[in-house]
Amino acid sequence: MTAFTPRPRIGATVAIYLALAGVLAVGGAAVAADGGNLFATAHLVDMLTRTSLTGFLAIGMTLVILCRSLDLSVGYTAALSSLVAATTMDGQSGNVPLAVALVLLVSGLIGAANGAIVAFLKVNPFIATLGTGLILKGYLDTEYKGPAGDVPFAFQQALGYTRFAFIPVSTVVMLAVAAAAVWFLRSTRTGHHMYAVGGDVEVARMSGIRTTRVLLTAHVLCGMSAGLAGLLLAARFGTGSAEAYTNLYELDAIAAVVLGGTLLLGGKGGVAGTVAGVAILAVLDTVFNVMQIDPFAKDVLRGVVIIAAVALYARRQLDRTARRPRFAAAAGRAS
Amino acid sequence: MTALLNMRGIDKAFLGVPVLSAVDLTVSRGEVHALVGENGAGKSTLMKILAGVHTADAGTIELDGRAVSFTHPAAAQRAGIASVFQEFNLLPELTVAENVHLGHEPRRRGAIDRRAMHETTAAALADLGVADLSPAAKVGSLSVAHQQITEIAKALSHGADLICMDEPTAALADAEVALLYRLVQRLRERGVAVLYVSHRLREIFDLCDRITILKDGRLVESVATADITPDELVTRMVGRRIEAQFPPRAAGTEPGEVRLRIDGCGNDYVDGIDLEVRAGEIVGLAGLQGSGRTEIAEAVFGITPFTRGTVAVDGRPVRITRPRKAIAAGIALVTEDRKAQGLALRQSVKANARMVLDANARVHSRRRLARIDGILSSLDLVARGGDQEVQYLSGGNQQKVVVAKWLAAEPGVIVLDEPTRGIDVGAKHKLYAVIRSLAAEGLAVLLIASELIEVIGLADRIAVLHDGRIAGELPGGASEQEVMAYATGRRRPQSEGTQAE
Repeated sequence: MTAFTPRPRIGATVAIYLALAGVLAVGGAAVAADGGNLFATAHLVDMLTRTSLTGFLAIGMTLVILCRSLDLSVGYTAALSSLVAATTMDGQSGNVPLAVALVLLVSGLIGAANGAIVAFLKVNPFIATLGTGLILKGYLDTEYKGPAGDVPFAFQQALGYTRFAFIPVSTVVMLAVAAAAVWFLRSTRTGHHMYAVGGDVEVARMSGIRTTRVLLTAHVLCGMSAGLAGLLLAARFGTGSAEAYTNLYELDAIAAVVLGGTLLLGGKGGVAGTVAGVAILAVLDTVFNVMQIDPFAKDVLRGVVIIAAVALYARRQLDRTARRPRFAAAAGRAS
Repeated sequence: MTALLNMRGIDKAFLGVPVLSAVDLTVSRGEVHALVGENGAGKSTLMKILAGVHTADAGTIELDGRAVSFTHPAAAQRAGIASVFQEFNLLPELTVAENVHLGHEPRRRGAIDRRAMHETTAAALADLGVADLSPAAKVGSLSVAHQQITEIAKALSHGADLICMDEPTAALADAEVALLYRLVQRLRERGVAVLYVSHRLREIFDLCDRITILKDGRLVESVATADITPDELVTRMVGRRIEAQFPPRAAGTEPGEVRLRIDGCGNDYVDGIDLEVRAGEIVGLAGLQGSGRTEIAEAVFGITPFTRGTVAVDGRPVRITRPRKAIAAGIALVTEDRKAQGLALRQSVKANARMVLDANARVHSRRRLARIDGILSSLDLVARGGDQEVQYLSGGNQQKVVVAKWLAAEPGVIVLDEPTRGIDVGAKHKLYAVIRSLAAEGLAVLLIASELIEVIGLADRIAVLHDGRIAGELPGGASEQEVMAYATGRRRPQSEGTQAE
């Protein structure tokens, strides 16, 4: 009897963390050459603070992408959530639990709507969530001309600014949510079935998996993770802000998921990789900031890094459909 | 023995073309039951009805004496019928254990119990007599044989009483076939019935208890294997004379110049390929699935090019590294997958017929464009007009559009990969006539077909492939047995020294 061996998915994830270490080393060296120290507390705090917001969005995004779906509406959902949170709290600490519950309900419902459109109406997820995103944008633009609501100071401090040493609370919460998502994907049937639905929806269906329900669940969780991001936005700004969607957080989240090794075609990847992807983006941004690289060059560099990473993955993915060579060894001996 | 499965009077038609009429099938518990017939006889359709992929138009299905009808594959599976198709229902990114338990993962305190999943899979594999397959292996990295075993283990984990296998040995090497034999024996011992779809006679006589013979969608008979000889079986399967089916060869015409010469060619998938096709000649490429037929077509056309050896068209050596170069050299390829690779389904007949000319400036000329209408009408295309979208044409007429788009480019060599796949019987005969007329007009035709009878009936010469090499060459009209002897590797080429000296 062979011993129980864990699934070999670890290999790819380890590679991504090695890449993260590489980015840290190169970034650290670049900053050092510039006369700075990337690992100074202030910079570490900056880096980790950057991870939390993208992190929440990217964790949810990982779930839908694993199912071969997508959610382009998370930036708008987060913006709306920040408004729901701030207006419900209305400066009263006692309202915080109600606000959190309401945010999760609203964002979960938006996710459910996305999921239903994708799963039942069979609308391409790109279009479906672009559509719901536009609807949310329209609502935000007409209903909220400026910041609204008031976040009590205690909540701002707790989620927005408190740190353990150099680790912000928001990052700890994000990592806890990530750990929960890792467990969910690995140890629950619904989570495990996300790999099957994204891998081949027909095979999943033929195996008796209720594929629409799995897809719906992924979208609801993705919406709720955008809700968490909205709570964080509210805590940071002290108010709800419709303008938040202009930052195109959804694109950062997708970039982080893809950098983290999850296939855009679904069925392969995981949240552990996504966290590394989020961290890689955060390190890059901090390095660019510290080195005061101009914003245009910064975006160019980010774009190059993302494309290069995905190109690398694409090469790795090629052999998945390739035929087994029969005469690969024969090449040398002919002639 | 009690009847496990009882199908009575099954009818099925696709788009008005009857595929099965009044077919009966009875399978007992623990029986290995062969379903045989030529391609197009209706075996696959019958199996798909049983698997819940198709629904019968008429007839009844009884399982264990209870009437059942499946509207969905999952329903058939719940009832205890599992199917192992040639296209596996497995997820390559998951492990063997995960695939086996997919959809019904064991749980402990709410969480998936991977240890139990692993252990029950190991036990199931051991039970099947498979020692060298790890439950933790990723399915995508396995050999076809091991994927098949995974599929069977998955079927058993769903509690299947009846396992249907569609051409299970088609892609297996000899040693793997032996493993499958043992597996089928195990299943029989456990009282699981196996419906075995195959046209490899040896396997049928080695493995099966009963044989049900289909021909042209009708039941010929169902007999115990002991009561029939292989020769009798073939006669009842084929049951008609080849000459009657295929247009006669033009008498007394000798093939002309060599138009396509392949000399010592090979790549990752085929090796040591020597082949000549002359003007006016049809050369058939026969071989089992996975033997390298399509790979040769794709190499000649530059999709996955040969990496060694030389190719010459009309005596001029050409290096074909991309389809564009093949087209420029005068080679045409009618691909196996008509809908995905041959046609732009939502475009018109005309747009499709012009496509090769439009895309290749080197072969484009006004004169050729002007000929398209004539080509289409010479092929007897049945369409409402040149503006009709090809997706609404029948398979046979779609194929004529593909042929027309190539003829417009006036190629010297045309490679036909499974030209009659998915085409009904009447239209096939018309296509046979088209293929003959291509040769009569001086084209060199390389014909690939998995229906042996087509290769035998149409080709002037037949090259038989086995394991990526040409195992032997036979004259047109050779017997199926002769072709199969080479195709299965039972007969080897006489001289081993035929490669480069």
